Amino acid sequence: MTPIPAPPIAVGTLLPTLIVVGTALLVLVLDLLPPRGDKAHLGAVTLAGLVGALLATLTAWGGRGRGFRDMVVLDNYALFFHVVIGYAAALVVLVSMDYVRRAGAESGEFYGLVLFATAGMMTLASANDLIVVFLGVELMSLSLYVLAGLFKRRRESSEASMKYFLLGVFASAFLLYGIALLYGATGSTNFDRIAAAGAAAPGDPLFVLGLGLLLVGFGFKIASVPFHMWAPDVYEGAPTSVTAFIATGSKAAVFAALIRLVIAGLRPPPPDATTVLWVLAAATMTVGNVVAIAQSNLKRMLAYSSVAHVGYMLVGLVAGGASGTGAVLFYLLTYTFTTVGTFGVIALCERAGEEAVAVRDYAGLGRRHPLLALALGLFLLSLVGIPPLAGFVGKFYVFGAAVRAGYVVLAVVAVLNSALAAYYYLRVIVYMYMQEPEGAPASLAPSLAGGLALAIALLGIVVLGVMPAPFVDLAQAAVAPLLR
Amino acid sequence: MTIGLLSAVTFLPAAGAVLLAFVPRRAERALRGGALAVAILTFLVSLGLYTGFDAGRADYQFQENVPWMPALGVGYHLGIDGISLLLVLLTTFLTPLALASAWQAIEDRGKEFVITLLILESGMLGVFVSLDLFLFYVFWEAMLIPMYFVIGVWGGADRIYAAVKFVLYTMVGSVLMLVAILALWVQHGTATGTYTFDLPTLARWVVPTGPAQTLMFLAFALAFAIKVPLFPFHTWLPDAHVEAPTAGSVILAGVLLKMGTYGFLRFCLPLFPDASVAFGPVIFALGVIGVVYGAWVSTVQPDLKKLVAYSSVSHLGFVMLGIFTFNVQGMAGGLIQMVNHGLSTGALFLLVGMIYERRHTRLIADFGGLWKVVPAFSAVFLVVALSSLGLPGLNGFVGEFLILVGVFQVNPWLAALAATGIVFAAVYLLWMYQRVVFGELQNEENRRLVDLTPREWAVLVPVVALIVGIGVYPTAFTGLTEASIEALIAQVQAKASVALGPLPR
Repeated sequence: MTPIPAPPIAVGTLLPTLIVVGTALLVLVLDLLPPRGDKAHLGAVTLAGLVGALLATLTAWGGRGRGFRDMVVLDNYALFFHVVIGYAAALVVLVSMDYVRRAGAESGEFYGLVLFATAGMMTLASANDLIVVFLGVELMSLSLYVLAGLFKRRRESSEASMKYFLLGVFASAFLLYGIALLYGATGSTNFDRIAAAGAAAPGDPLFVLGLGLLLVGFGFKIASVPFHMWAPDVYEGAPTSVTAFIATGSKAAVFAALIRLVIAGLRPPPPDATTVLWVLAAATMTVGNVVAIAQSNLKRMLAYSSVAHVGYMLVGLVAGGASGTGAVLFYLLTYTFTTVGTFGVIALCERAGEEAVAVRDYAGLGRRHPLLALALGLFLLSLVGIPPLAGFVGKFYVFGAAVRAGYVVLAVVAVLNSALAAYYYLRVIVYMYMQEPEGAPASLAPSLAGGLALAIALLGIVVLGVMPAPFVDLAQAAVAPLLR
Repeated sequence: MTIGLLSAVTFLPAAGAVLLAFVPRRAERALRGGALAVAILTFLVSLGLYTGFDAGRADYQFQENVPWMPALGVGYHLGIDGISLLLVLLTTFLTPLALASAWQAIEDRGKEFVITLLILESGMLGVFVSLDLFLFYVFWEAMLIPMYFVIGVWGGADRIYAAVKFVLYTMVGSVLMLVAILALWVQHGTATGTYTFDLPTLARWVVPTGPAQTLMFLAFALAFAIKVPLFPFHTWLPDAHVEAPTAGSVILAGVLLKMGTYGFLRFCLPLFPDASVAFGPVIFALGVIGVVYGAWVSTVQPDLKKLVAYSSVSHLGFVMLGIFTFNVQGMAGGLIQMVNHGLSTGALFLLVGMIYERRHTRLIADFGGLWKVVPAFSAVFLVVALSSLGLPGLNGFVGEFLILVGVFQVNPWLAALAATGIVFAAVYLLWMYQRVVFGELQNEENRRLVDLTPREWAVLVPVVALIVGIGVYPTAFTGLTEASIEALIAQVQAKASVALGPLPR
């Protein structure tokens, strides 16, 4: 029996991820040291770690690092996602600092888990091997399951955690089974070798089945129809800042792996696969938007709306090629800023000691807190896709890529969907500016860090909307290594 | 970097809005005065466009072209020709009047109101000066939101319904236009190798005749037809007008509706000449239906504002007829009629708003015998009503006459049918005027009405002066547009694969 050679260690390719993991361990240790009562400094350490990871990312830009026998790559594509995920995590931490303290749930675990989840997401972004994908998915998901149940005394929070966990492990099982079948079909778990084997024997049933199961697993994690059922309950029950993280960071990370697999693994993509994605995209945006209209709980509404946004991103994936894939990346960037901002505003509002989650609670906000209402209004308008905000440019790129690739009907479905979506987003604005509150209105829980997060997110959606060109170039540069 | 005159005009109101955001809410007079000053300054600066404009040239003037997203071929390209110049001036002229009319009417959240109105002005100006399809679409969509707030926040009892209906209606039309814009971009890109949203470049290229051109034309046409509004896409208009505050109605009728007709002139005709010619008869038919239907429905309205709203459907029907005659008289008439409608309908809304502020009712039945109580108001009202029904010597006559001359060359029967619209306009306007102003003073509450205040005089005099001015000396205005319109017709003729004769009789 020949010994299995140990893969060479290439720590450099994991540097951003390792910084995040190291910070997580540091936070857990610091949590045990005094001061025991106040945990604010842990938030600061977390932020410092995330900023460090972002800096490490920037220095690695342009490189083509590969390590651990091509299991992990640190190309521009991975780095782009590291930046998106890092921003999402940093904004979420900023929003959380006062929010979790108010709920009496500030603890070292919280920051540690956020960092572990971030590390899992970053791993997903640089994964070039199905085993690493699974590792990343699990690290991310297990942390998020716990985070969703952070508010132990709130029943909805525990329910969200439980539901997320049960359905999540199901999805993981699908993912694992798909990996096993692909391994069986191709003899490898490496993306490059899977791609080569798939191209050599197109239409191999085992291969197709494996890919299908993988798609189910990914579909669950990004909450695409018909695997979206968990999203409303989890988004509603989880602490708002955690919801923001689930809606942005985890989606971005899973999309990273999905795109790398689809683009690198299916070349040229078989027509059937494109058709499946076409139907998934159309169904995802339509179901998400139609059901969102009926919601009176803001967090549930945003859950369905985020389902719809996944549909728009899938449109870009259907379009494929450099322009379609680049458009998805840019869309994820705009979506992350907008969504974290939206949930950030919700985290800052409370009503009678509870979270203000009913759309009704926001009646008259425009009169009482003009700045906060303006911020929420702009985030919502960006979600609608009103120019000159980021959401519009994101949609424009995605739909433009779809039309360019010949998917005009899908583009029409998508734009009609965004007109439909205007109805429920604008309803929140109707409440904020055109209705008077009944009973005690939502009030503002002042938070300097939260305000900073909102300011960064606002700046993000304005800059991305008015000066998108450099960021689009970045997204294009990021997908270039995939399409070699 | 120097800022061009067009950029200055377009963004001056928005810049003013940003500055006003820092003025404390308590300083109401400063806010209103500041907003009015910004709007008047914008008007004065825009006069520079008028004086600097060379009416002999047909191409775009005051052009500014800076790359914006070079990878996609998106540029910040501004420019005006004779067609857009008049509409830019109309916008900068009406906005200060709208602001002044709201001096007392808007009591709640006055700061937000003036800021919203100024941002709206920037959006509208942007639509008229953009020569890049992406930029145009940005302004076109962006200006929806301030108008939505104007109706929804400061409107009447049913304001939320009206505001949401306005946005959704407009949005469904415009998102399809977005797909058409992208499709055009791709078609041009694949055919020529240059992916660009630049309007002049795209307009020089001949879009291949076929279903693709038809579909793109229909998508553009739907967006514009909803905005005009062309029958049967007009149902949002009465709601929006009735619920909007006076200033909103003035802007809506005066400027917003013109974006639709302008869109047909600027985009549909030069980009899709074949489809435009092919669908000419359909639009003609819808236009005539709009003219007659709008007039009939106006006649039976009990509410003054609704009456004026439906009269807009009728008047805009005329404009559409003029545009789709494809001859100089008809198109010039359509264009001047756009301005006329902005002035006379804007003035009608101002007058209705003034009487509403006094009596808090707009029902025709509540009035009667106003001549004795408010003679000055009644006199101005008469001039404006006569202008709206097209009395020779006032502005309305010029436009309608030219349009009918144009339509007559295409189809005399249709011209006759459209001319009944003028007759009905006389019916609904004069009958309304008779019930409101003449007769005995029956309602005691009307006895205490106050006549026009100096502020109201200041708002009305400029409009009435222009109404008379255009009526007496129309060449000053039509002369600016002729070169551009002739160039447009020549362009359509050169590009259309079917001969551009008279439309089928």
